[in-house]
Amino acid sequence: MRAAALRRAPEPTTLPRLRAPIVFGALALLFAGLVARSVYLMWIDNEFLQTQGSARHSRDLEVPAHRGRIVDRFGEPLALSTPVKSLWAFPDKFDATPEQLAQLARILDTTPQRIAAQVDAHEDFAFVAKQIAPETSERAMALRIKGLHDQNEYRRFYPGGEVTAHIVGFTGDHDAGQEGMELAQQAWLAGTPGSRRVIINRRNEAVEDVAAIRAPQAGHDLALAIDTRLQYLAFRELRAAVETNKAKAGGLVIVDVATGEILALANWPTYNPNRRDKVARERMRNRALTDVFEPGSTLKPFTIAAALDAGKVRPNTVIQTGGGQMTIGTNTIHDAHPEGALTVEQVIQKSSNVGAAKIALGLPPETMWEMFSEVGFGTTPKTGFPGEVAGRLRPAKSWKPIEQATMAYGHGISVNLVQLARAYTMFATEGEVKPVTLLKTDGHVAGRPVIKPETALAVRHMLEMATSPGGTAPKAQVTGYRVAGKTGTAHKLEGHGYSHDKYVSSFVGFAPASQPRLIVAVMIDEPEGGQYYGGIVAAPVFSSVMGAALRALGVPTDAPVNNVILPPQGSEVPEET
Amino acid sequence: MTRVNLLLLAVLVVCALSLVTSRHQARRLFVELERAQAEARAYDTEFGQLQLEQSTWGMPARVEKIAREQLRMQLPTSARTEVVPVPGAAK
Repeated sequence: MRAAALRRAPEPTTLPRLRAPIVFGALALLFAGLVARSVYLMWIDNEFLQTQGSARHSRDLEVPAHRGRIVDRFGEPLALSTPVKSLWAFPDKFDATPEQLAQLARILDTTPQRIAAQVDAHEDFAFVAKQIAPETSERAMALRIKGLHDQNEYRRFYPGGEVTAHIVGFTGDHDAGQEGMELAQQAWLAGTPGSRRVIINRRNEAVEDVAAIRAPQAGHDLALAIDTRLQYLAFRELRAAVETNKAKAGGLVIVDVATGEILALANWPTYNPNRRDKVARERMRNRALTDVFEPGSTLKPFTIAAALDAGKVRPNTVIQTGGGQMTIGTNTIHDAHPEGALTVEQVIQKSSNVGAAKIALGLPPETMWEMFSEVGFGTTPKTGFPGEVAGRLRPAKSWKPIEQATMAYGHGISVNLVQLARAYTMFATEGEVKPVTLLKTDGHVAGRPVIKPETALAVRHMLEMATSPGGTAPKAQVTGYRVAGKTGTAHKLEGHGYSHDKYVSSFVGFAPASQPRLIVAVMIDEPEGGQYYGGIVAAPVFSSVMGAALRALGVPTDAPVNNVILPPQGSEVPEET
Repeated sequence: MTRVNLLLLAVLVVCALSLVTSRHQARRLFVELERAQAEARAYDTEFGQLQLEQSTWGMPARVEKIAREQLRMQLPTSARTEVVPVPGAAK
């Protein structure tokens, strides 16, 4: 019975009948509220929390990609970027103790006063130090000065300085090319920095990659055709010549005959691309490509080649130069060195204007125009250099006889120095004109045949005669090598006519004559040192550059070392135009 | 049945723990990779600076100046040059 009593259910406590449902309902309601809120936060208004969350554990990192280098044909750097840092501050937030300021000044190699002045000089943003070495910046940042920040930058350096300035050019703000090949090859050289998102730990180290937002695109290296040694040689000799002759400017181009590569291109005046704050635009011009001049006699070989190729004359045909005078209509043309009868060969050797004019007048204007046009006058040399010019070659239909006669010796037509050097590839090869380039190329480059091989060899022989003692340019001779080339002494255009005392002296030639390897074209603008003949001003520059360049390249000699024979003093053959 | 469940539980625990360790490992290696990459970038920078230094010291202008002024060297004149033909070479 006792057990039964124990087992008996306790007396049921009576609860209000609605209590359970109410409690349950209230809890369910609260729970539903929570669910709704979380749904709202997770799917509807999720931005705020997500940004806050990722701000605490993830970070976007910039992946740097720097601009490609510009190197010469052997990989010597001509332009390269290295990372630097700049320190900056908001002036109103910059707060350094005198002690910190003194330390900062010591690190930056300046005075505390100067730093303070620099910061106070601007209202909202001030550079404390620009483009300093990363280590220096690190030491400065280690001082933990309030309000001092650093930023990464790249600085472009040009080891070649003024020697290679005109070809390489330079970059401006934001590492963008502004001149020269830096500008021309901007797309190839430029790198695009990438960006990626990472998870960071409490020590601010990246611990996991989340996503690559943008892959970095490193800039490509650019190999130029330039040979630094030859470039320096060219530059040194050109500067010396411009200075001795008190000239206004000068240019020099070396072209490889086999490939058409421009191995050196020097200009004077020049500038230093590493420090160009106050450089006049004038000095930055790459005159060999962007300026034209009337070439004068250096064009005579093309007239002769046109006549030879058309079968109108032969190298030994005799031309009467009439004592160095010839009248066409109301104009008379002169020779600086009057002669009687000259062979075609001697017309080149002695640079006779009358001879060249007579030969030209025996040709239809179209034939001459075609020759000039085929060798590249009147069209840009397409070296890929920004701002290169085409020069002027008027259509043959508009030529009057006097114009055709003067064009025979290089007046009434304008070219740039690179065009002139390119045109001479026709005589250095067997009648082919090669394309020229500033970029490194591999192997032999095919040219476009313009004249017959016999014609090219005949003209080459005449050009070799021009550098012999009876010619206009014995000073172009090089020890141990046979050279061939032509002088030019052109009156400069001034206003509507020709100046009588301002000249452009030039020389274009190649060597070794037995198997040409290099073409060197020299141009000296307005020599005022008393001498102005191309054979006296420009030919010696050719000789020293060509000699040194051939030796530097190890080209085998094709003449004995005692080959240089200079005429006795005062008996040089003068020439004008 | 219970035994199988216990076994599965043990497997689960082991898996979970290995996930923790591998995850940790991955992060550690990642940090290491980051550090190595930063180092590579630093070396790259240094390489650039050294290249710059090398080409600055090796500029032909500077070499020539030292050769002429300090070492008193000069270019040989043609009078002091002799060309030696290679025996047997075709002319």
